[in-house]
Amino acid sequence: MPEHTVTSPETREPGTPVTSGVDREFTVAERSQTQLVLRRFLQHRAAVISLGVLIAVILLAYVGGMLWKYGAGEITPDNSQPPSWDHPFGTDAVGKDEFAQVLRGTRISLQVSVSVAILATLVGTLWGSVAGYFGGWVDSLMMRITDLVLTLPLIAVAAMLAHNFGGTWYLIAAVIAGLYWAYVSRVARGVVLSLREKEFVEAAKALGATDTRIILRHLVPNALGSILVNLTILVALAILLETSLSFLGFGVQAPDTSLGLLVSEAQTALTTRPWLFYFPGLFIIIIALTINFIGDGLRDAFDPQQTKVRQ
Amino acid sequence: MLAFALRRVLVSIPVLLVASFIVFALGAASANPLAPLLEKNPPAPPNVIAAETVRLHLDQPLIPRYFSWLGGLILHGDFGPSVTSTMDIGAELGPRFLVTIRLIALAMVIALVLAIVVGVLTAVKQYSKTDYIATFLGFLFLAMPSFWLAILLKQGGIAVNGAVGYPAIYTIGSASVPPPTGFGANLADILGHMILPTIALALISYASWSRFTRASMLEVLNSDYVRLARSKGLSRRTVMVKHALRTALIPLTTVTALDIASIIGGAVVTEFVFQWKGLGDFFLNAVRSNDTYATSSWLLVSAVVVIAFNLIADLLYGVLDPRIRHA
Repeated sequence: MPEHTVTSPETREPGTPVTSGVDREFTVAERSQTQLVLRRFLQHRAAVISLGVLIAVILLAYVGGMLWKYGAGEITPDNSQPPSWDHPFGTDAVGKDEFAQVLRGTRISLQVSVSVAILATLVGTLWGSVAGYFGGWVDSLMMRITDLVLTLPLIAVAAMLAHNFGGTWYLIAAVIAGLYWAYVSRVARGVVLSLREKEFVEAAKALGATDTRIILRHLVPNALGSILVNLTILVALAILLETSLSFLGFGVQAPDTSLGLLVSEAQTALTTRPWLFYFPGLFIIIIALTINFIGDGLRDAFDPQQTKVRQ
Repeated sequence: MLAFALRRVLVSIPVLLVASFIVFALGAASANPLAPLLEKNPPAPPNVIAAETVRLHLDQPLIPRYFSWLGGLILHGDFGPSVTSTMDIGAELGPRFLVTIRLIALAMVIALVLAIVVGVLTAVKQYSKTDYIATFLGFLFLAMPSFWLAILLKQGGIAVNGAVGYPAIYTIGSASVPPPTGFGANLADILGHMILPTIALALISYASWSRFTRASMLEVLNSDYVRLARSKGLSRRTVMVKHALRTALIPLTTVTALDIASIIGGAVVTEFVFQWKGLGDFFLNAVRSNDTYATSSWLLVSAVVVIAFNLIADLLYGVLDPRIRHA
């Protein structure tokens, strides 16, 4: 933070114009955009709590999974046990500890959805900004392709592709990302189109800023917000799609597991072993819910104008 | 209005043609229909494989294959050969389409009505207790996987049936087998089977639509023309319905039209859970058996539904916003 020292009249050289004793009315420190965003995000209570819960879930899945006494897929002598201290989430018909299974499923589902979000964001942002930047027939053509992708039910196309090209988590991620980029490209194009015409870009141009400077100092920081918010929401969407695919039998395949696959396996004995159904579902909901709240908080933080009335 | 409608219909024809090529190529690229035969143990005799190759037109390149498929479809209503030689894809799709479209249509109507009512209510009473509860529920449904919610509802139905001692709520299938006699009894039977799947499908869409209605309603309520209408002395009700809601519905129409494809996807999952013999079941079987003509035909049907709903949305814009109609 830059220091604003107030020069006293005594130390002033003779002949310099006398201004007032204070050289600025308010001593408000300058804040960078990152600080502003962070400050506003921390004011969003639901988002901060969600971030805490999500970090706890991630730590539980990765660190807790290593420390837990049972490994995922390890067959214990207790089968069909309801939740107890020894097996917090119970066990399945062959004696696999459900807690260990859910932690493993969480890891896989998180890996898939985060990869999808990053991949789709990269491709979609590039596609959308190129379309928005060039405009004209390039834009029309690229956006019609996007529209066509959006005309198809994603889960159906993903099932078709994953049936023959899927199986492992990274291939599932590639298939889902290969469809979700279309959503991102629409958002990215909209942002680029609106930013291109903004006054501050014009002002920067008038001040003689180079294209590189405009892109790096004005366009990227301003577009970053929307893209980051979208990336967050995409993680939640991807986890729902991945679990649905795995539930239908086209996603992650046994012996590997995902939260959706666990729910699907629980379906056969819902009345006798209901815990196998509730816990993986609960984890999907917790992850998707917290990510959506974080996305909401980020949106408010990046664009305070959206929430018109502040409490 | 008629000219506007006609123009929109004409515009969607080329879109449909391009979509038909995309879905055909996608189906053809996604699987090899001969794979089950080739992987069979003991392997299928070469003459069988050769005959299947010819029957499924796999001896032709993609483009001619596409045109003969499209030609057969337009001229004879033939959806192409299935890997199951006895199955007629078109005859199979017809009744299943009716089963699925009534689920989708009813779920959409319920979701829209609920979303508009809750969206308007929470916008008018912003930051009230109602608003907070509805917002939280919206977020919860948004985070809930549709298959999980569907199974939960199904279990709830089974629990209710167990408690009352007779099947009060249908939890499996789209209609009783055999169907009850008489029009009234048949209709009641079909509606009874629709209750749980429709709720499952509607709640997921309701969540995002109610959030959206609330946001666009808030924006409209804070606008100058609504304030002007109020200050001219118009009643709150008139301003709400004639000025605010009408404008707020325009963005909702866009979102609804964009969501149709994902509702069809949601219907696949819902039908799977409730064991309906609808389009979803057809599609999952087609994918599992590498039946590329069947998957392409299914995708084409869903593309037609999406384009048709978009057309309806376009016409609704014209109704809601006269500027669009006259442009």
